[in-house]
Amino acid sequence: MTEGLITMAYLVSGLFFILSLGGLSKQETARKGNIYGILGMALAILATFASGEVENFKLLIPLMLGGAVIGAVLAKRVEMTSMPELVAILHSFVGLAAVLVGVVSFIDPSDIELTGTNKLIHEIEILLGVFIGGVTFTGSVVAFGKLRGSLSGKPMLLPGRHLLNLGMLGASIWLGAQFIDQGHDQALISLLIVMGISFVLGVHLIVAIGGADMPVVVSMLNSYSGWAAAAAGFMLKNDLLIITGALVGSSGAILSYIMCKAMNRSLANVIFGGFGTAGGSAATASEIKGSITETTADEVAEELKEAKEVMIVPGYGMAVAQAQHVVKDITETLRGQDVNVRFAIHPVAGRLPGHMNVLLAEANVPYDIVFEMDEINEDLPEVDVLLVVGANDIVNPSALEDSSSPIAGMPVIEAWNAKSVVALKRSMAAGYSGVENPLYFKDNTNMLFGDAKDTLSAVFSKLG
Amino acid sequence: MKLSVPKESLPTEKRVAISPGNVASLMTLGYQVTVQSGAGQQANFTDELYEEAGAVLIDDSSPLWGEADLLLKINPPTDEEVTLFKEGATLISFAYPARNEKLLQSLGQRKVNWLAMDCVPRISRAQSMDALSSMANVAGYRAVVEASHAFGRFFTGQITAAGKVPPAKVLVIGAGVAGLAAIGAARNMGAIVRAFDTRPAVKEEVKSLGGEFLMLDFEEEGAGSGGYAKVMSKEFIDAEMKLFAEQAEEVDIIITTAMIPGKKSPVLITGDMVKSMKHGSVIVDLAAEGGGNCELTEPGESKIVHGVTILGYSDLPSRLASQSSRLYGNNLVKLVNLLGNTENFTINLEDEIIRGALVLDEGEISWPPPKVEVSVHVQSPKGPSVVKPIVEKKSIFSPGVMLGGLCVLLLALGWKGESEFLDQLTVFVLSCFVGYMVVWNVSPSLHTPLMSVTNAISGIIVIGGMLFVSGSNPWIAGVAIFLATINIAGGFLVTHRMLKMFRKE
Repeated sequence: MTEGLITMAYLVSGLFFILSLGGLSKQETARKGNIYGILGMALAILATFASGEVENFKLLIPLMLGGAVIGAVLAKRVEMTSMPELVAILHSFVGLAAVLVGVVSFIDPSDIELTGTNKLIHEIEILLGVFIGGVTFTGSVVAFGKLRGSLSGKPMLLPGRHLLNLGMLGASIWLGAQFIDQGHDQALISLLIVMGISFVLGVHLIVAIGGADMPVVVSMLNSYSGWAAAAAGFMLKNDLLIITGALVGSSGAILSYIMCKAMNRSLANVIFGGFGTAGGSAATASEIKGSITETTADEVAEELKEAKEVMIVPGYGMAVAQAQHVVKDITETLRGQDVNVRFAIHPVAGRLPGHMNVLLAEANVPYDIVFEMDEINEDLPEVDVLLVVGANDIVNPSALEDSSSPIAGMPVIEAWNAKSVVALKRSMAAGYSGVENPLYFKDNTNMLFGDAKDTLSAVFSKLG
Repeated sequence: MKLSVPKESLPTEKRVAISPGNVASLMTLGYQVTVQSGAGQQANFTDELYEEAGAVLIDDSSPLWGEADLLLKINPPTDEEVTLFKEGATLISFAYPARNEKLLQSLGQRKVNWLAMDCVPRISRAQSMDALSSMANVAGYRAVVEASHAFGRFFTGQITAAGKVPPAKVLVIGAGVAGLAAIGAARNMGAIVRAFDTRPAVKEEVKSLGGEFLMLDFEEEGAGSGGYAKVMSKEFIDAEMKLFAEQAEEVDIIITTAMIPGKKSPVLITGDMVKSMKHGSVIVDLAAEGGGNCELTEPGESKIVHGVTILGYSDLPSRLASQSSRLYGNNLVKLVNLLGNTENFTINLEDEIIRGALVLDEGEISWPPPKVEVSVHVQSPKGPSVVKPIVEKKSIFSPGVMLGGLCVLLLALGWKGESEFLDQLTVFVLSCFVGYMVVWNVSPSLHTPLMSVTNAISGIIVIGGMLFVSGSNPWIAGVAIFLATINIAGGFLVTHRMLKMFRKE
């Protein structure tokens, strides 16, 4: 194929990617969007094959087949509750690939000898690609570990960590300057050191972030993986990589922004804040008066049977307890009895943007009874029974009522406005933010303690 | 510690202090629960039910009273029962200390601690122990049931083949707990319900139950302390009486609930008003115990005057014994909880609720308690929520600054950069904007699929690897290709799997 044809093929493939993201805007067109993405990718790979620059097929084909098989198996096996882990580890792959491409493009320069500003720009591109890729790689691995629970979800805060971060950044810039002036072999060593620093920085940045901030972290790493691909595009002078990288990068950035907005925090606060450690600690939150009322599965079942409007607010606890299927069973039974059951989803419920929607979809809950926080808050006073399944901070009234609370100002689902609230919880422990939840002490709130799956199964068995 | 629940000795009393459902909660606090046989009989709680729940049944009252460390009752003890107490025992029951001074003294001699359910302060925290409210709720409901029993017609309006039935009109005076319960019950039976109260604050609650709130053309705030209404001025009362006189001619049923604690109930319905009512009408006077809101009420009795049935029952909660006992028992258990478990049983005078309820402290009369400010609006379960606007933090990253910075940066790059780089930059910046525009439209419920798709397409880095796989370091490029393909395949397939699960009805 001629170079012109390949460029055009890349352009078409870029358009497909844009269509793909556009298709995801609505449920109806989402599947088509995914297919556009596949088409774009297939076109890009075929065009590259046909470009005549690729020869080493003996190595290439088995590797690609192997990768595809592993990817397919991962996609098939993954539990929907583990989607955050899968997404995180996939980010790390992109990050590492970007690092490798950066390094190899430096070791193995193309035939054209670059000079002057062009050389400078090219080398900066390589540096950036490797650096962003490195941070994405190790950061995602740490996020993966935290999401799986193999690493502690608690933020690990080293003393002077901001200085440490700044130091690492400074060292990278200094080494980068050396890299540009040095001869090829020495420069390679500098580049590898920068890579090493970026790996350490990635680990250090993410270990300092708590488990419940993972929706932001994962979308931020999503964004980074895009920027890394874009940087690779610059260094390879490949427009398709630039387009794709930019699309992914801005998509991740928007998601991070939405997640931060939903917690009323800035991105800087999430990344550098170490929640609950700076300023307002849990101890300063005002004391809650009143007592909690415990209820039983029987009583909840009775209450549900008599309700006309039921709302379910799921949280990460539902994912942990794998309770989405029994939630759906309860939903179906009640809807069979002409009870209007709806779901209210907070943007940061779960560990991944949109995590709850996917879990409910997996359990076969129709998406048209699943609503966003903003759509549903007004309707809450009409709700007879509101079930909080494993959510805590996202239904905490002190976010609105107590300006000294660490979560003050965070938009929340105003569960307490419902006529009756049943909160399912394993114990009275506070949410990740360490803030007591006055919702549990309200007169219209009853607590149902225990593993959400067990308690809901008990409720379901009484409903029949 | 031993906890005893004796059978109520008043002949008209059908209630019992705790229901079998409460036994378990008391036992978890460490109490050994003893119930007198037949105590719950008239409230439909058989001895077997208590036994099953873990209580010990005992017939003889002297060991039941004499060994008890904590006694749970409804009515204040009789003179005879006072002699049965063990010294230093604790009693929880209604006490009405204002009219039971003698009883307080005689119990005081037995060094008894007495917590009065009717003296639990009406503060938010104590709502779950407010037995007066629970009983008023039952009384309000029962008042409607009694009224409908005495009333010769349907409550609800109907159009039948045999002719049209007009709905009954009910006037409820006083929209406290009992009044509101009566409004709700009458509304549910289909009657047209009107309500009057001197406190305009309860208007919302009356409306929420489907009642119509009658207003006076008169300005005076009627909320007093403790959630009760206060005594009003003469002008106000005149206007009020005029309103009642008008209503009496029109309505079929009047339910009055105006009680002033410790005082004679105000007369709101005069003999003349009763006379003006239609034959067959009914008046239920919930304030009968304090003399009645109707001039002609005879406390405890039912009688017919001028063709109007006037019910002055003062035992309405007892007439719904099972329900009242359940609610009272729950209130009791909440209060017992405040005393701690049996190992650290304390009557903590620092606790506002305990201090308020305590009328005898080891035999010393401790009533009335020192004044405490209580909330005006106790019945309202939810106050208006104070919603503060979310503070927009001023950020240096405002759109204007960002855009300006971007322009400066682009100009600087254009000054120095080579054309090939600038071409790429053009593509990059445009793509960022396209991505920005497109992604904002993505529905939040599809954020996870969005992430997995972007994951897959960022596998485009595979092309970078492919360009180097034929070079001198095929393995480094190879690893990159391998990883990127995992991404491509995994990302697209998992998205496909997820999207397939989303279904509409």
